[in-house]
Amino acid sequence: MLKIDNLHVRVAGREILKGLSLQVNAGEVHAIMGPNGAGKSTLGNVLAGRGGYEVTQGSVAYGGRDLLQLEPEARAAAGVFLAFQYPVEIPGVNNTYFLRAALNAQRKARGEAELDSREFLQLVREKLKGMQLPPELMNRAVNEGFSGGEKKRNEIFQMAVLEPKLAILDETDSGLDIDALKQVAEGVNALRDPKRAFILITHYQRLLDYIVPDFVHVLADGRVVESGGAHLAQELEAHGYAWVRERKPAEAAA
Amino acid sequence: MAIERTDLQQLLNRRYSAGFVTDIETDTLPPGLNEDVIHALSARKREPEWMTQWRLEAYRHWLTMTPPAWAKLNIAPIDFQAISYYAAPKQAPKSLAEVDPKLLETYDKLGVPLHERARLAGVAVDAVFDSVSVGTTFRKELAEAGVIFCSMSEAIREHPEIVRQYLGSVVPQRDNFFAALNSAVFSDGSFVFIPKGVRCPMELSTYFRINAGHTGQFERTLIVAEEGASVSYLEGCTAPMRDENQLHAAVVELVALERANIKYSTVQNWYPGDEQGRGGIYNFVTKRGDCRGDDSRISWTQVETGSAITWKYPSCILRGDRSVGEFNSVALTHHRQQADTGTKMIHIGRDTRSKIVSKGISAGRGQNTYRGLVKIEKSAANARNHTQCDSLLIGKKCGAHTFPYMEVKNPSAIVEHEATTSKISDEQLFYCRSRGLDEENAVSMIVDGFCKQVFRELPMEFAVEAKKLLEVSLEGAIG
Ligand SMILES: Nc1ncnc2c1ncn2[C@@H]1O[C@H](COP(=O)(O)OP(=O)(O)O)[C@@H](O)[C@H]1O
Ligand SMILES: [Mg+2]
Repeated sequence: MLKIDNLHVRVAGREILKGLSLQVNAGEVHAIMGPNGAGKSTLGNVLAGRGGYEVTQGSVAYGGRDLLQLEPEARAAAGVFLAFQYPVEIPGVNNTYFLRAALNAQRKARGEAELDSREFLQLVREKLKGMQLPPELMNRAVNEGFSGGEKKRNEIFQMAVLEPKLAILDETDSGLDIDALKQVAEGVNALRDPKRAFILITHYQRLLDYIVPDFVHVLADGRVVESGGAHLAQELEAHGYAWVRERKPAEAAA
Repeated sequence: MAIERTDLQQLLNRRYSAGFVTDIETDTLPPGLNEDVIHALSARKREPEWMTQWRLEAYRHWLTMTPPAWAKLNIAPIDFQAISYYAAPKQAPKSLAEVDPKLLETYDKLGVPLHERARLAGVAVDAVFDSVSVGTTFRKELAEAGVIFCSMSEAIREHPEIVRQYLGSVVPQRDNFFAALNSAVFSDGSFVFIPKGVRCPMELSTYFRINAGHTGQFERTLIVAEEGASVSYLEGCTAPMRDENQLHAAVVELVALERANIKYSTVQNWYPGDEQGRGGIYNFVTKRGDCRGDDSRISWTQVETGSAITWKYPSCILRGDRSVGEFNSVALTHHRQQADTGTKMIHIGRDTRSKIVSKGISAGRGQNTYRGLVKIEKSAANARNHTQCDSLLIGKKCGAHTFPYMEVKNPSAIVEHEATTSKISDEQLFYCRSRGLDEENAVSMIVDGFCKQVFRELPMEFAVEAKKLLEVSLEGAIG
């Protein structure tokens, strides 16, 4: 589904990703861990098409297409979803209205019929069931005045409604209390599907207690320095990121 | 970054869709202004002598005045002798049934059907074409409720006692340069009278259309709501696209007696000129409401997207105790448009309250200025004002300016002012786009959200219209 090959990315004149490679197949859940400043958000942003990132080398193929050639909205329509580390407030724009406009824009781009407001409300009601998201959030402006946890859960709710093929969650767990964390995990687990892939960007192993990944990758200094199964997360938790560097001194320094 | 992309720059403006000209024979006075012109104009309108004299008084005073220069506007000098002060379709209709089909077609195209079959449900319309009213719908229904809704010209002939009592009582002939000019040469406009205790049974609306070239439009509107009466009134404005600048100098007076309630909404979409700033309407307007009675209320809502120059400050004189004034405004300037707009809230009565919400949007090289005065007189014990003044910038070459003036002479008053300036951020745009919305949709959604508070104050159908208008006006703004 997604094949990242030797990706080099510059931000504000500085090389942040330095030859990152990663392959993600449908149905898989990949966790990307790494210290602050390693380039985790950079990866998510580049995949979603944010401006200001210069790809100097390497390629990203998504469903056989060159992902980097697509506008962000085209990537969304093609099934790429990024849950933001810091969701953005849009004052005065109703949350439900926003989500319907987004869904319909994607459907239109894919040549599917748009949903009228009744059909959409039905969908929202259905998706809200498992979410424990306060329903009144749907009548407020997008993320405006939401608590940190509400913003993160709203991202997961958007994901549930938009039903992406490739969902990238950027530190959706950070700043959540244990109950909110469980809710987010339940939301993600409910969406696990043989046709859908997840990239979970996280700083802590905590989230992975509730969403068990198929693969764990350690990102340090702009590249993947270690990959393994779910157990790798536990080892990281026990030994810290320095442990990876010590084990792979040659690569980490290269 | 997204905002700098040039391919969108090529997404040129959708045509100003009201920019067509109706080919119709007009009776036009030659350009120029002097006492003979005023006599001729007054005669064409079959006005009584007192009206002619009133105009002449205004004209003589106007000659002693100079155009105001304090606004933050860059205006080429206006040659008042190059303007024609009267233009009217030759066939003057006596009733809507006799209106020239070409005119009906014009209003159809503008989305304001006047003929029986297609009239807007629940909205009575007075259509003003150049200098004259060409027809008013739903007259019978309104008359049954005791409401008078007709053109100003007709009111002067048919209801002179009411007109004489109120005309110039809120905006005197000598009020300012443009008001004096208007008092001398005003052409037509709407007259509304809601008698004691009557709630007007439908929305009233006037649709102003400039058609003829080289003419000025000088409407005069007067709305009187007697004790306990209420009315909601809306005006819309469009003009053809022309390379010349055309002058529009209107005066609107509102009078609210005890417990009366007047809601006045404007959707102004005069031709704004092109990207280079050629052409467009010069819009100099004096609008003022007088809350003359206790517990009265006047609220102004405006959506200003058109005109090359906008100079207008719809104001409230809060004379009655506990009277309430409101001003809700969205002003958009794109390309080379300039707007200097705001309000004056003059608190005279006790426990008077006013609320100001101003939303300025600047794009292209547009310049947008909020200028507002809140004045609390000594007599206005416990007066309250809240002002919120938000500016939104799109691009780097536009400007937003805020000039709030406060004069507080009573220590028990509370006057609050909040102001913000923001840009459509790359974060917001990317967030919207990452969810599937394209750039234009994202911008119009963000702008719509920014204006929400004001749009909420508009009657439903017009809120939809206003939103569409903003979208069209902002096309090509991101680039
Ligand atoms: N827009 C930007 N401008 C300048 N530096 C940036 C920008 N975005 C990211 N960086 C830098 O790139 C590095 C990686 O950041 P990021 O991808 O956010 O790391 P992580 O998410 O792993 O904590 C950091 O050193 C950060 O300061
Ligand atoms: Mg990060």
